[in-house]
Amino acid sequence: MPLESTTSAEVFRATGLSKSYRMGEVIVPALRGVDLSLRRGELIVLLGPSGSGKSTLLNILGGLDVPTDGEVWYCDHRLHGADERELTQFRREHVGFVFQFYNLLPSLTALENVALVTEIARDPMAPRDALALVGLEQRCDHFPSQLSGGEQQRVAIARAIAKRPDVLLCDEPTGALDAATGVRVLDALDSVNRRLGTTTLIITHNADIARMAHRVLQLGDGRIVSETRNPTRARALELRW
Amino acid sequence: MRALTRKGLRDLWRLRSQAAAVALVAAVGVANLVMSRATLESLEASRSRYYREYAFADVFADLKRAPEQVAQELRRIAGVAVADTRIVAPGRARIAGFDDPIRIQALSAPEPGGLHLNRLHLRSGRAAEPGERDALVVSDAFADAHGLRAGDAMTVVLHGRSQSFRIVGIGATPEFVAQLSPQAVFPDPRRFAVVWLPRRALEAATDMDGAFNSVAIALQPGARRETVLAAVDLALAGYGGVGAIGREDQRSHRYLDEEFRQLRTMARLFPAVFLGVSAFVLYIVLGRLVGGQREQIGTLKAFGYGDGEIWRHYAGLALAIGSAGAVLGLALGMQLGSLLAGLYREFYRLPYLDFVLSPGVVWLAVLASVGSALLGAAVPVLRAARLPPAEAMRPEAPTSWRRRTTGARSLVRVSQAHRLILRNLLRHPLRATMTWAGLALGVSVMMMGRFQDDAIDYLIERQYERAERYDLSVAFVEPAAPRALDELAALPGVRAVEPQRAVPVRVRYRAADKRTVLIGLAPDAQLRRTLDAAGKPVPPALHGVLLTGFLARLLGARPGDTIELETLEGRRRVLYLPLAGLVDEPFGVQAYLPLATLDRALGEGPRRDAALLSADAAAMPRLIAELDRRPGVAATGRRRESVRNFYDSMARTILTFTLIATAFGAVITAGVVYSSARAALSERARDLASLRVLGFTSAEVGYLLLGELALLTVLALPLGFALGHGLVALLVLGYDSELMRIPHYVSASTYGIAGLTALTTAVLTGGLVWRRVQRLDLIGVLKARD
Repeated sequence: MPLESTTSAEVFRATGLSKSYRMGEVIVPALRGVDLSLRRGELIVLLGPSGSGKSTLLNILGGLDVPTDGEVWYCDHRLHGADERELTQFRREHVGFVFQFYNLLPSLTALENVALVTEIARDPMAPRDALALVGLEQRCDHFPSQLSGGEQQRVAIARAIAKRPDVLLCDEPTGALDAATGVRVLDALDSVNRRLGTTTLIITHNADIARMAHRVLQLGDGRIVSETRNPTRARALELRW
Repeated sequence: MRALTRKGLRDLWRLRSQAAAVALVAAVGVANLVMSRATLESLEASRSRYYREYAFADVFADLKRAPEQVAQELRRIAGVAVADTRIVAPGRARIAGFDDPIRIQALSAPEPGGLHLNRLHLRSGRAAEPGERDALVVSDAFADAHGLRAGDAMTVVLHGRSQSFRIVGIGATPEFVAQLSPQAVFPDPRRFAVVWLPRRALEAATDMDGAFNSVAIALQPGARRETVLAAVDLALAGYGGVGAIGREDQRSHRYLDEEFRQLRTMARLFPAVFLGVSAFVLYIVLGRLVGGQREQIGTLKAFGYGDGEIWRHYAGLALAIGSAGAVLGLALGMQLGSLLAGLYREFYRLPYLDFVLSPGVVWLAVLASVGSALLGAAVPVLRAARLPPAEAMRPEAPTSWRRRTTGARSLVRVSQAHRLILRNLLRHPLRATMTWAGLALGVSVMMMGRFQDDAIDYLIERQYERAERYDLSVAFVEPAAPRALDELAALPGVRAVEPQRAVPVRVRYRAADKRTVLIGLAPDAQLRRTLDAAGKPVPPALHGVLLTGFLARLLGARPGDTIELETLEGRRRVLYLPLAGLVDEPFGVQAYLPLATLDRALGEGPRRDAALLSADAAAMPRLIAELDRRPGVAATGRRRESVRNFYDSMARTILTFTLIATAFGAVITAGVVYSSARAALSERARDLASLRVLGFTSAEVGYLLLGELALLTVLALPLGFALGHGLVALLVLGYDSELMRIPHYVSASTYGIAGLTALTTAVLTGGLVWRRVQRLDLIGVLKARD
């Protein structure tokens, strides 16, 4: 399969991205000068040990956080130095998130959790269709507490894709799931990427998952330490760990 | 319905017990505001209506005696609309089955026809016909106190002459809304009555044929009262006039005014305190509640919900809780308001009660409740909204852990459980402080509720055990020579007799003046002592005048200043005397002189108008009966009994107030404990379940959760007592009036009751949460992470 990334437009561009946190009296650097470019339709896997800065990078790309230093662009949107209102608008129009612990609102059903996002989106799919995409059309009226972990994560994916985002950012989407369930979740992400062409960034510890990516970035100590391209992408269902 | 709205409704349902606790606290504040304002407004409106419908006079003037033709002169004064002459006479009464002396004030009932002022409102029976010689109408409070009905007999002693009457009607006039005897500080319905006799009957009994000794005047609209007062004084000067007074100096009116003024102060003070407290508690509780949704706020933000949408969402939650509190508070406040107003109506003898609640109060109540709920929600929402969403979705990071904990550790050697409790407190110092303060406010409100009881006990002890120590007071019909006292001293059972003289007086200092009474006492008086602020006797000084401290403050006079005293009886004299000292007394305002000085000043030779007796209790009934037979005795009084009776009648009102305040305090305590414990439980359910999994018993885990609150509750007691003293000080300030001052005194039992009630409430409320800890779903909690 030809790599679309070489031909399609650049979605994200970051140069010299740095971020440090203040933990009480200590300043902890999380990113130390990251340069990065993501192209439309790419599926990127971000690998690295705990504390390597993966989540921080994802949060900055998603407009959840702002860098201490450096530049980050989404197409022609300048994200560094953007104010809260601009970032909210950016997230609302372009980004879908999937978190390790799902972050579903416990008081809303699966369908309502999805509707929560479609209601504020410009051109969303019907919430029921989004759930059907992740194979959960039968579980629309269940509350998060009535769903298994894998199902909850698939609801979270449905919620993230329902607004047809330009980018999908997933922070350890399988971190809390067993292998079989994890594969189902990854399959959902894979099919969204393939069918809708959504640029997708997946953070994981799990090197196996890297096989489904176009490109794999390895983070260590706040920097990108290596970058590899997969000549062929594995299907999510072929993954084992 | 939008998903976010649905979330709001489901959250509200899920948090219903916490929301209910918060709404209850808000309701308490609102109820207090509504109750106080409704009580006051209802009483004021009812009094106004009564005054209007029964033609309460604008001006009153008493005199020795004037022929009826003088009335024409009064009616010609510019500005006088109606001048209604009458006869007023003090006297005594007897009814079957009651041995204590009864004082009466007899008034001539208006003849039929013509415009009359201070018309009778008959509760039952009828007015006496002009020709009836033995019929009278008696005041309703007295009739109620003795269960008298139309047809019952009553013996009246006027000018030493005893006469039997039949009660034909029971009622009152706007002149006697508060039914007090002329010298009394409080109404004593068992020992004081007003009776209305047909004019002819009273003329005959008091030798006032074709004459009058009192006049009530209604002014024309726009008339200048001061001018009329001066003209009336001039017209009556030759007839022994003692000075015309305006309505505001009329006894019953002034008494009610003072009471209403106190109520008004309370109606400002209490709701401010309660609303302040409930706003504060609302702020704490709602703050925790929204604080618990930090992650959800982060998630909403991550998906592109703006700060405005998130704020509106939580404002809706606060609005729902605040509105529930307002509605509940309004309903409760109106209930309590009509209950209290009813008690006061009975107490003040208003013939009817119009329940009034102005829309302004309703709006204020709703605003206060909703406003404080919004404020309570605003801070945590804004705080959560200000955070970058990535951070909001993480649990709050413990900051500067090490430094604080080592501090705590070095203080005491504590077990792990206690250390956890301490750490939790130190981790959120602001929250711990707020909760502590909220609990303390509950204690302080309960303490304030009990305080009135304490103050009154103290006050009675102070005034009636230490200052006034006589058993019986005897008032003479006319001022008598000192030897009249020797006769009293010779009566069986009498241990000691002391003389007294009292004359109406106008006290002036610079531009300030006050009408009051000047009392002459023997310098070595033991039965009626004047005490200073420290409770030490300050005998009337030979070289100066003693004033009640409150009067001196009112005038702005200090010891050493020259005071002007103008006597308003007989030959008017003006004395200039230095202020020799201040008398600290809780009731009324008086001036004191040694008897000899007063005699000299009045220039009438030694005259005594009352005697104070100390007598054996066993001899008392015979003594009273004996005094009753003497024509020279106008009235006898057992003051201590009167006071006791007064407080018996007040007891229900005070008890009601105490119960309401205690209930409010308990609701505040319960609200804080319950909502804090539930918030802590939802914040820490995972930790606690983990501990259960590690082998902690449910009791140990419960202790970890509630130990923090238990510690705060215990620590809240001293702070609550201190705040309680602050509230008491405000109350004392509110009561301060010429009618009565209450001391800042809190008994040990009040501390005990407030403290115990707070602890019990906290334990019972904690118990509700304890049960939830026992039912902690270990697996569910450990699995779920929302």
